[in-house]
Amino acid sequence: MAGPAMHLLSLADLAKGLSSGDFSSHELVEHLLSRIDSDKSLNAFISVTADHALNVAAECDQARSKGNAGSLCGLPIVYKDIFCTKGVLTTCGSRILENFVSPYDATIVERLSDAGAVMLGKTNMDEFAMGSSNETSYFGPVRNPWDTERAPGGSSGGSAAAVAARLAPAATGTDTGGSIRQPAALTNTVGLKPTYGRVSRYGMIAFASSLDQAGVITRTAEDAAMLLAVMAGFDERDSTCLDHPVPDYVGGLDASLKGRKIGIVQQHFDEGLDGQCAARVKDALKALEQQGAQLIDVDLPNLDLSVPTYYVVAPAECSSNLSRFDGVRFGHRAKDPRDLFDLYCRSRGEGFGAEVKRRIMTGTYVLSAGYYDAYYLKAQKVRQLISQDFKNAFDKVDVIAGPTTPTPAFKLGDKTDDPITMYLNDIYTIGANLAGLPGISVPCGFVDDLPVGLQLVGPHFAEETILACAHQYQQLTDWHTRCPEAFQ
Amino acid sequence: MSLSKQQVQHIATLARLHLEEDQFDDVVAKLSSIVDFVDQLQQVPTDDVVPMAHPLNQAQRLRPDVVTEGNDRDAIQANAPVVSDGFYLVPKVIE
Repeated sequence: MAGPAMHLLSLADLAKGLSSGDFSSHELVEHLLSRIDSDKSLNAFISVTADHALNVAAECDQARSKGNAGSLCGLPIVYKDIFCTKGVLTTCGSRILENFVSPYDATIVERLSDAGAVMLGKTNMDEFAMGSSNETSYFGPVRNPWDTERAPGGSSGGSAAAVAARLAPAATGTDTGGSIRQPAALTNTVGLKPTYGRVSRYGMIAFASSLDQAGVITRTAEDAAMLLAVMAGFDERDSTCLDHPVPDYVGGLDASLKGRKIGIVQQHFDEGLDGQCAARVKDALKALEQQGAQLIDVDLPNLDLSVPTYYVVAPAECSSNLSRFDGVRFGHRAKDPRDLFDLYCRSRGEGFGAEVKRRIMTGTYVLSAGYYDAYYLKAQKVRQLISQDFKNAFDKVDVIAGPTTPTPAFKLGDKTDDPITMYLNDIYTIGANLAGLPGISVPCGFVDDLPVGLQLVGPHFAEETILACAHQYQQLTDWHTRCPEAFQ
Repeated sequence: MSLSKQQVQHIATLARLHLEEDQFDDVVAKLSSIVDFVDQLQQVPTDDVVPMAHPLNQAQRLRPDVVTEGNDRDAIQANAPVVSDGFYLVPKVIE
């Protein structure tokens, strides 16, 4: 075929290619599976579902020839291994679920499949989504396609690496404190975390239930809009999923930047931010301003408290959620237990990795008798203050723009000895989770050949606004079309 | 160290986590550093602040108390480490 190779095309362009008959879904899937198979450097996948993918692709081609093509008919996607997929291994990056085959599909898997998306495989991730570098995975770290000595970020590191390396055009992810946006920023991809409750969490293995949200990693905001349009909306099976109308995300992308009020937070540019990253982000802001956006200073006075608040709330919820792993109903079970207590303790002790144990124990401590008020209740109050700061800012502006991460991708092993240094990597992303806000990271340039991300955060349910701003920015720039040399 | 070895053992027991003896010092040190880090919250004045229970301040939605799932016992128990006649087996708890 003429034109660029299939793996370089965006989801939107692949959809055009399929509908005009330039290639079939079967050809496309075969091509991507062979790229996945020949890549030995990234460790981006835990499972590759090749047979399933080829069968579904053939069915999609047939449906299309009969005129029954859904909105994503024949388009390939990969799922973070936190999403339950019926009949397919679902490990959550953990030894404790090493052999778990889900008996049902997550709601988003069901919706994307119904629209015709073709699953190529399940991507590697930090164990139970607890990590910012993908190094806590039981299945080994994922490597960053831009420099394989470096981390791709986490916890959706496999999803980000797969999309950046053109092994898949799109991936799902989950974001509890930055786990979609941070790896997107470090791999030159687009990462969208929707409003809390916008997308169903049913069948998404729980980490911190008041913060977790499903989203996507793609190469363009347009592709993210296409997928969100299918994933978003009420689901009876998730009691925290909100019944709120789903707008036409793709149709809204053309909204101009003219008159858009963009909030700038001075604290984002304090000493914590790498100087060269700051320069790239400021260039991006200037570009938005030149298109008629208005840059307005806003204040988030409690920003510094977001990381400590998160590291009380998230571990507390994690200690409660992960109590279900008991070695009895599913998952790893220790050999020859002396009694029930020994069965629980050793199954969990052997099944969970060091970071997951740390978080369970932190959570157990802050919820335990005598400490609950001092830690958990206190953190929920500070969370209210942080949320109020955002509300005050959004009285003045439509979106808040700034850096996604303080530095470009760091080396594997660099931050594994000190949990606090690792935690501080999420300083700019965690606020949106605490306040339940939608956020997106968009490629905005490079520092020493490593990608930098621009983050846009909006008020509740303003996915349309942040997607439109991101899309307009991508019309002005071509950062997102840059592909790591080894994967062209 | 803000946490003692004894406290960490107590937390591990509450959390039903077995820790290997050679992991203990590292766990005590890292957990202590996390507790020290989150302790900065104690300095924040929050007297009149209502604790946040839900990011959008929504109440918990209820559903009618009706059966919505079929009997998938066999499919679900396919993941269980040890079952017998539809029951999950655990070590004897009553003598």
